[in-house]
Parts: sequence; structure tokens; C-alpha cells
Amino acid sequence: MFRYILRRLMIAVPSLLGISLVLFTVLAMAPGDPFSELVSNPNIPPEVALALRQKFGLDDPLMVRYWNWLTAMLQGDWGYSFISRINVETLIMQRIPVTLLLIGSSQLLALCIAIPVGVYAATRPYSIFDQIASTLAFIGFSLPTFFTGILLILFFSIHLDWLPFVYRADIPETGWRFFWEHFKQMIMPVMVLGMFQAGAWTRYVRSAVLDVIRLDYVTTARSKGLSEKVVITKHVLRNALIPVVTLVALQMPAIFGGAIVTEQIFRVPGIGSLIISSMLANDTPVVMAVTFVFSTLVIACNLLADILYGWLDPRISYH
Amino acid sequence: MNDIEISSLLDKVRGNDMTRQQFIRRMVGVGLSVPMAAQMLLTSGLAQAQTSSSYKPTKRGGGGALKLLWWQGATLLQPHFASGTKDQEGSRIFYEPLAAWDNDGNMVPILAAEVPTSSNGGVSRDGKIITWKLKKNVLWHDGKPFTADDVVFTAAYAADPATSAYTKGSYSDVKVSKVDSHTVRVEYQKASPFWADPLVSAAGMIIPKHIFESFKGATSRDAPANLRPVGTGPYKFTDFKPGDMLRGVINNDYHEPNRPYFDSIEMKGGGDAVSAARAVLQTGEYDYAWNLQVEDELLLRLEQGGKGRTSITPGGNIEFIQLNMADPWTEIEGERAHASSKHPILSDKAVREAISLVVDRAGVQKFIYGRTGIATSNFLNNPKRFVSPNTKFEFNPDKAAQILEAAGWRRGSDGIREKGGRKLKLVFQTSINGPRQKTQQIIKQAAQKAGIDMELKSVPASVFFSSDPANPDTYTKFFADIQMFTTTMPQPDPEVFMNQYQSSQFATKANKWLGRNSTRYNNPEYDKVYLAAQSEMDPVKRAAMFIRMNDMPINDIAIIPLVYRPRTAGIVNNLVAPLSGWDNDLWLLKDWYKTT
Repeated sequence: MFRYILRRLMIAVPSLLGISLVLFTVLAMAPGDPFSELVSNPNIPPEVALALRQKFGLDDPLMVRYWNWLTAMLQGDWGYSFISRINVETLIMQRIPVTLLLIGSSQLLALCIAIPVGVYAATRPYSIFDQIASTLAFIGFSLPTFFTGILLILFFSIHLDWLPFVYRADIPETGWRFFWEHFKQMIMPVMVLGMFQAGAWTRYVRSAVLDVIRLDYVTTARSKGLSEKVVITKHVLRNALIPVVTLVALQMPAIFGGAIVTEQIFRVPGIGSLIISSMLANDTPVVMAVTFVFSTLVIACNLLADILYGWLDPRISYH
Repeated sequence: MNDIEISSLLDKVRGNDMTRQQFIRRMVGVGLSVPMAAQMLLTSGLAQAQTSSSYKPTKRGGGGALKLLWWQGATLLQPHFASGTKDQEGSRIFYEPLAAWDNDGNMVPILAAEVPTSSNGGVSRDGKIITWKLKKNVLWHDGKPFTADDVVFTAAYAADPATSAYTKGSYSDVKVSKVDSHTVRVEYQKASPFWADPLVSAAGMIIPKHIFESFKGATSRDAPANLRPVGTGPYKFTDFKPGDMLRGVINNDYHEPNRPYFDSIEMKGGGDAVSAARAVLQTGEYDYAWNLQVEDELLLRLEQGGKGRTSITPGGNIEFIQLNMADPWTEIEGERAHASSKHPILSDKAVREAISLVVDRAGVQKFIYGRTGIATSNFLNNPKRFVSPNTKFEFNPDKAAQILEAAGWRRGSDGIREKGGRKLKLVFQTSINGPRQKTQQIIKQAAQKAGIDMELKSVPASVFFSSDPANPDTYTKFFADIQMFTTTMPQPDPEVFMNQYQSSQFATKANKWLGRNSTRYNNPEYDKVYLAAQSEMDPVKRAAMFIRMNDMPINDIAIIPLVYRPRTAGIVNNLVAPLSGWDNDLWLLKDWYKTT
């Protein structure tokens, strides 16, 4: 087991290097320039833009820039934002709590819907409940979040005037009003993201449970006279959840990656909106840091999923 | 009344033989507007009336929270590194300049005790020395007094090449020195009719010496105060998350009585312009939304929500078309659109005239921009005294066809004209932006009628407006025949704005295409008038010079002005917010209040 993890970690190093090289090259070759605003402003002398390009090393050859970035990153220096002129980790750290809270709760909501609904629908396939659940699930993951987001805003904010649609990470109110305001502004974005995710997961859980429920050992368990509840929770669910665990584990990095579209619609100051505004401003160090952290998380979560497999299903062994 | 008569009147005012009021009345009598007359007095260095403020509240604070929505959030709070207006606006909550520009282009003292004029000794006779008297009761947010040292330091900070301040251009040619603790002298190398650039408005925000002293030059980027401003403004800094949220709280030691009105302020960033308009006009969730680049049709619909109104403030921004005078398709010394080349088709004035006739400006205003883009025949549209009465525009594709026919451009079998084996085909580029693509279409269709074939090209805005010397699609390179974009006029004086037709400003390989003359307009006459205007101290003669400069590239049809674009903002119904087209939206934040 230990050797397995070690081997996987060793493989991760070249893949991360490869990923970072590709990311860096693509970003460097992409059109645009962080100092474009300086050029279109007649009041800023051209030499200021030239001096800044030089100061931030933008005129160096690509490989030199990559090497500088890599050595700094290895020493724990994530870089320096061209646009905000502060360290990238400060910028990212400011956005992490909101992202964790929002995306985390939407994933939790999705799980809380998907597992019970999926299992219940699978135990009664093609019943009325199953039909309705399937229809709703299809609607859920077919509608894009930018559509449902705007739909909710039109209904709850503009028509009914119940909920705010501008998300404020720091609310000046204190005490219970602080929690109430937070709750109110989170309802819509969490619903949009959670429902979208729940739709897909419900379908997965349903088919996974259906696969397992027909197996002989389930029939055996039933014939032993175990109650339906015990059969489902103890015997069926544990095996059915193996593919679901992979799915959820692979979804974990998204919690840190944020949700670009939804964050933009509700003005949620998460990682997603940071990366999109940094991309638009050509703030390469920020984009680089976020995408690199993200790819590290993907690799780590993959490993985590593989290890969880062994725990859930002792038949799987590692060599 | 000619310019000599006006000059003699100005002399009378100068010699106290005539009061300002009398002068203004005379000017109004001959058909000038009051702000225009006041402007003449200002630029000739004569005292101006204080802009009367409509500020009503009689005590400080008590107004609750002011909620501003900036769909592009501020990313840093050091005014001298503020590249775009979003950062300037964020800084402007906390920092103040010596003086600011009101909507008529008048100067309003903020940290200065009064506006320098020749009658109060502020402007020297030769126009080379300006003396600013500072307010004495001003405190920085940390309690230290504001003095002349801070002003001198700010100028030195911005002028230092190692700082790489974006405001460097305003300070590199002036010498700022201290006279006494509350008097500052600004010396220019030559007579400067427009002396009000350094220390004024967005570029003139004063920063505290005691905070930034150890962070001048190369260490400027390490200053913690770049993100935690200590200023003199009406609100004190509390909290900032770049690109997201900026918060401030009332400054109880503010240097003007009864101000500010609000107890706290927040500026929320992010999202898009349409939903920002919605949050103010339709739901009233926010009090003010900046820069609503939204189609007018939609704004009108949102206004029916009844919670807020759209404010339209004229400034000097203009959407216009440039015709390439150089040849973008042939390389000379390894450079396309070389300064010495002539465009193979557009050098024929008949073709340029025809293109000007197929641009339906009235239609573009009516169907695309509405209140947010006014059709114009001038490049210089504001302030009023610089507006040329000599130009006009016409939409007439038939006439365009006749002109081309007369010039020997004959229709081919495919309907496209040709002359000497060369087809009348042109590449028309602009940035990707809804209204611009619609405008391109309208022009292309009309051009087709006249037998001109236009190939439309749209470049992503991040590329089109970039300074990347390696990219061929930037607007400064202009490797196409025709292009369209908006250029901004940041100050009420057109001197900097009009340098873009000087032949010395050619965008070339040598200056990495950072020169501002991208249309490659070359007219020795223009260069001469521009040079003269730079040191002309007589405001009337100077205005006449800028009108001539406006007319030259337009009559030569190197450019075709399209619509001038006022600034749009959303304001919730009971908020009183004095805005100016010549300064940041928050230029007079101290006077914002709500009626009950």
C-alpha cells in the first residue's frame, strides 16, 4: 500500500511538470498583454509600459520566464500579480473561504438529494416516483447554470423581491442577522449549482444501485429474512457507492476551482471569478498559480479515489 | 466680436477694470454660454466663481451606508498605479487632488484653498509658474497634518522613473517645490496654457509622505499602503479585497463642514454591466452603478422599474473611423504601413470621400446607440468652446457612386468597382463588441451600393487594444485599411488628446507601435498649429487653433467621426450625486447625499 502511494506520487511529478510547461506556453502565446490599458491611455508615456514590461520580465525568452517561474514556485513563491501588485497567494487566500463555503454546500446539497432519491428510485424502477425523479434529473443537468441562475434572479429578486442577487462576502451586520443575510444570499447560487450536480448524480446513483440490486448476494440477504432497510443500507449501498465515490472524489477539485459562470452571475468573489478576471486582464501569474494548484488537486483527488476504492472494496489490492 | 476684442476685455478683467460678472454677461450677450465664458476666464488665469454646491445636509453623517456597484472591481488602491478608471475611482474614495474638474470643465478646489489665477498671484504672467495655496485644516486619516511636503513628495514619487507610475507623464516636465508649509510652486519649462495637469484630478491625488517615503522608486510595489490607503478623503479605509469589495467608514475629521453624509461606503466589484444596471434601476439593491455600457433600449426598459434613473454625462470620448494613410499590405524595410508609404487605394481622395458618404451616422445613433452615442461630424466634441462649426456630415450612397464614377472607378461584372486593374476592396477592422459589429454591417451594406467591397474583421478586444509588439492585430499597428474604435479624452483640455495627428506621433516599429498616430496622418500644417497651440496663452486664439486642428484630418478624410459617447451611470432615485464628464465619477463624493 505504502509502496503504491509512493509510486503514484513519483509519477505525479513529471505529469505536474508537463502540465505546468504546457500551461505556461499556452498562456505566453495567447494574445493580449497585461499593460494594454496603458497603451490606449494618452496620458501615460510609452516608456512607462516599456519599463514595466522589463521589470516584470515580459520581454525575456519564454524558457527563461518558465524557468524563473518554476524555481520560484518550488521555493513556495507563487508569484506576483501584475494587476493588483500583491502576492498571488494573498489574492487566492482571500477567495478560498467563499469558494469552499459556496461550492462545498452546493455539493453537499447535491449529495443529500442524489443519494436518497437515486436509491429510492432504483428500488422501485419505473414507478411514478422513478419517472418523476428521472424527468427532473434530466431537466436539472440539461439546463445550463447561466440560464437557471438568471431565471431564479428574475423570479426571486425582481418579481418577488425576496432575495438579493449581489453576493457580498463580508456582511457588516452582526449576530443572527449576519447568518440570516448570509443564508439569504446563498440560497440562489447554492440551488443553481446543487440542482445541476444533483441531476447528474441522481442518475448515477440510480444506475449503480440498479446494477447491484439484481445480484445474487442481495437475493440471498433478502431470503435470510433481513429487513429491506438493512438490505439496502448495509448490503446494496456499500457496493453501489464505489463508482459514485470516484465520481464525487473527482468532483472535489471543483470545490476549490469554483464555478466560473455562477460566480459571475451572482458576483460571488470566489476562485472562479478571480480566474476569469485575471484571464481577461492577462494577469498571467494569477492564472498560472490557480490552474497549477487546480491540476495538483486533480491528481491528488485521483489518488484519493483510488485509495478509497481499496477501503470500500477489499477485493481490490494494490501492487 | 472677434478674438482681439475678447482679449482686450480679458485684459480689462485682469486689470480690475471689469468684474468677472460683467465679462460673463458680455459674453452671454454675444451668444456664448456661461460655462464657456467662465472657461475663458479660467484658462486665461482669472478668478472663477466657486461652483455653487447644492449640498443640503446640515450635519455630518447619519446617512447610513452608501452602496456602489462597479462591474469591474478596483484591483489596487494606489492612485499613481491606477491604469484604468476602476482603480482611480477606488483610490478616489480615500485620496484627493488639489483641485478637480466639474462638468463644465471648471476647476474646483479640493485640497487647495483656492484655484490659482493671475489676479490672486497664482499664475505668473509668462504662464511658467503656478503657485498653489493649500488648505490648512486638513488631516491625514492617521491624524498627521497635510502640508506642502506631501504635495512635493507626491510629484517626486510619480516622476521617479524607477517607480514606473502611470501618472509619470504629468510630472516629468515640471519642477514642484515648497514655498512654505502650505504653499507649493509648480514651474514649467515653457509657457503652459494648460497648467492644470499635475496635482489635479485623477493624476493629481496626493499621497502622504510619511507613509510612502520609504517606498519610492524600485521598492514602490512593496508598500503596504498600496492596498491600505491613508488619505485625506471623506471616508477612511476599512477593508479591501482586490476585484471584489472595498469598504470605508466616515472620516469624522473631514476638512469641510457637514460632510460627508454617509456613515459608511462600500464598493462592490465584479459581474457584468447589464446586471449592474438591474441592481440599481430595477431592484434598488445598490445606490449607484458605474459605466453602464448597456444598449439604450435595455436601459429604458430597466428604468421602468421605477427604482432608479440613468444619468448621461457628456465627456469627450468619441467612436470614430480611421482610414489608413500608409500602405498596410507592403513591407518597406521589413515594416508594414511604413511611414514613407502611401495607401494604394485610400490615397485617392475620391475614395475617401465616397467612404465618408456611405457612413450613416444618424442611423447608427438611432438604431444602435440611442442616448449613449450622439452622431457627430467632429473629432473634438467637448468642451463647447473647442467645437468646430465648420464640419457637417452627409449620408448619400448615390453621391458616393457618382464621385467614384467621376474619379474613374468603374463597376466590374461583380458590382465591385475597379481602376487600373485594382479592385475597390478594403479590410475594415474593429474590436469584438455588439454595437461595433452592427455598425460595421450598416456601413458595409451602404458601401456595397456604391460599389465598394468591405471585408469585415473583428478582433477580440484584449488583442485589439493590447500593446503586445508581437501581435499584428492591434489598433496601433493598424495593418488594415479601415478601423473603428473609441478614443478617450481624459481632460477638459484637448492638448494631449489632439497629439494623435502629429507626424512625430507615428506608430512605427522603432517605437514598438506605441506612437499615437495610428492613422499615419501627415500634415506639416497640422504640426505647425499644434506646436503653436502648446504655448499659446490666449485662450480664444488657442481654442481657434484646436478647431483648425479638428478640421484638418476631417476635411482630408483621414478620419470619419461617428458618434460621441457620453458616460452613463445608474443612480437610485433619492441619491444626489454630482457627476462630471471630465473627472472620475467619485470626484465630488464628499457632496453625495440622499434626500428623504
